[in-house]
Amino acid sequence: MRLSCPCCGPRDRREFTYYGAADYLDRPAPDAGLDAWDSYLHLRDNPAGPTRDLWYHDPCQSWLQVERDTVTHAIHSVAPVAGRRA
Amino acid sequence: MRYSGLRVFAQGLAGNRGWKPVWRRPEPKAEYDIVIIGGGGHGLSTAYYLAKNHGLRNIAVLEKGYLGGGNVGRNTTIVRANYFLPGNSEFYSHSLKLWEGLEAELNYNVMHSQRGLINLFHSDGQRDAFVRRGNAMLAQGDDAVLLDREGVREKLPYLDFEQGRFPIHGGLYHPRGGTARHDAVAWGYARGADRLGVDLIQNCEVTGIDTRQGRVTGVQTTRGPIRARQVAMVAAGRSSQVAAMAGLRLPIESHVLQAFVTEGLKPVIDHVVSFGMGHFYISQSDKGGLVFGGDLDFYASYAARGNLPMVEHVMEAGMTLMPMIGRARVLRSWGGIMDMSPDGSPIIDRTPVEGLFVNCGWNYGGFKAVPASGWCLAHLMATGAPHKVAEGFRLDRFRTGQGLMDEEGTGSQHNLH
Ligand SMILES: Cc1cc2nc3c(=O)[nH]c(=O)nc-3n(C[C@H](O)[C@H](O)[C@H](O)COP(=O)(O)OP(=O)(O)OC[C@H]3O[C@@H](n4cnc5c(N)ncnc54)[C@H](O)[C@@H]3O)c2cc1C
Ligand SMILES: [Zn+2]
Repeated sequence: MRLSCPCCGPRDRREFTYYGAADYLDRPAPDAGLDAWDSYLHLRDNPAGPTRDLWYHDPCQSWLQVERDTVTHAIHSVAPVAGRRA
Repeated sequence: MRYSGLRVFAQGLAGNRGWKPVWRRPEPKAEYDIVIIGGGGHGLSTAYYLAKNHGLRNIAVLEKGYLGGGNVGRNTTIVRANYFLPGNSEFYSHSLKLWEGLEAELNYNVMHSQRGLINLFHSDGQRDAFVRRGNAMLAQGDDAVLLDREGVREKLPYLDFEQGRFPIHGGLYHPRGGTARHDAVAWGYARGADRLGVDLIQNCEVTGIDTRQGRVTGVQTTRGPIRARQVAMVAAGRSSQVAAMAGLRLPIESHVLQAFVTEGLKPVIDHVVSFGMGHFYISQSDKGGLVFGGDLDFYASYAARGNLPMVEHVMEAGMTLMPMIGRARVLRSWGGIMDMSPDGSPIIDRTPVEGLFVNCGWNYGGFKAVPASGWCLAHLMATGAPHKVAEGFRLDRFRTGQGLMDEEGTGSQHNLH
């Protein structure tokens, strides 16, 4: 598997570290309540098919949001997390 | 048909022409008291104990593929009771006791082999942690023996004790740990359940869960709708998809775990050896193959095959620990889809939908749990109260933060357990 880093181009999967689903981008307010925090930290759609998740590219130290398929391992897009529109 | 030595002998004389299929292939009925989704180890043992321990008979197990085609037939077969945290300790202890009587219970040879498990350590800090774990195991009533380096050398002379990165200081020996034949466990429970009247329905995928006013009323399947008063979701790596049919979101992320087996060799590895620092463990099957594995591929996946970097990593760790295995040729590798939970411990509980139960979150350790998991889910469904050794496996512990059981202390990230 290869991911195309927006800074570095197509690179081997071993240069990247997986963090988790893109749910981690929507951090609730500290007082948002148990349900919001449960959803942020634990609950997942966990789709068999297209998904969005977060990866870190170790060489250029950028956080990336990856659209990919959990069944075929095809990568659809890789975009930097920094500067993204909410 | 009851199996016995005499039966094997008589069948041998008669040319083995008298063996019968081991379970029926019934058509699904329009209605059952209890429907179990998933014919893996946990679904089959749940059905068996519902019938055996609680006298319930009108039960169906619905399996989308064939019985034992999921993780129950893909794992590396390690059976142990060396957990540390209250909640897990008593559950796995109960499971190991059930394993010890399983062949007599099922009248089926599951090839349970208590060959002993040795977890290696490589530093003073790790030694202290293992002493603590060993004491917890003894306090639970199970067995643990601390081995120093010479103690390990006596049992495992073939290890590379002086390797630069992780010199071996000793090991925690769990004599009652071992392995079992994974398919046979599925088949044994399937045969046992069938004999007690449970309908085992294969090639029957559940495609919907019907509810009315917050109560479960049945399921939709590729073989038609089936009404039921109670439904249990026991779908391992596919748990999130099944729960979504009832509008539920689970604290589960699915990941691939790979395993490998070599060509058959003469007996060389007598125990189960676990090299935690290298993410590597190994045993030898009765057929002679070296069966070994490592860690997850680390990213969410439903592909029941692995990626090459983890293959390389596992081979490197094996060569570091026991250079002799470099001579063995790897025959096959495969992957299974693991239902990873945020604290690494499982869930056996009710759901917010009345009559609907969930059993999932087994991470990569659910094979050893097969007997106790079925025992405890059956208890919960039949009596309405959790079994005392599974009281900690609550679904809401993540939401409330109370009673989390994070054995490795790695936090809430699903893939780190
Ligand atoms: C490589 C590997 C090594 C492992 N090693 C060990 C080990 O050494 N020790 C240990 O204790 N554990 C180990 N495990 C973990 C263990 O195998 C699993 O935790 C356990 O088998 C999961 O429970 P199960 O047997 O019920 O799952 P499965 O056998 O996967 O059963 C789930 C079943 O549900 C069915 N299903 C899914 N969706 C539907 C649907 N919609 N309708 C109908 N049916 C459906 C599936 O087809 C499947 O048969 C390992 C796993 C792997 C992959
Ligand atoms: Zn980069």
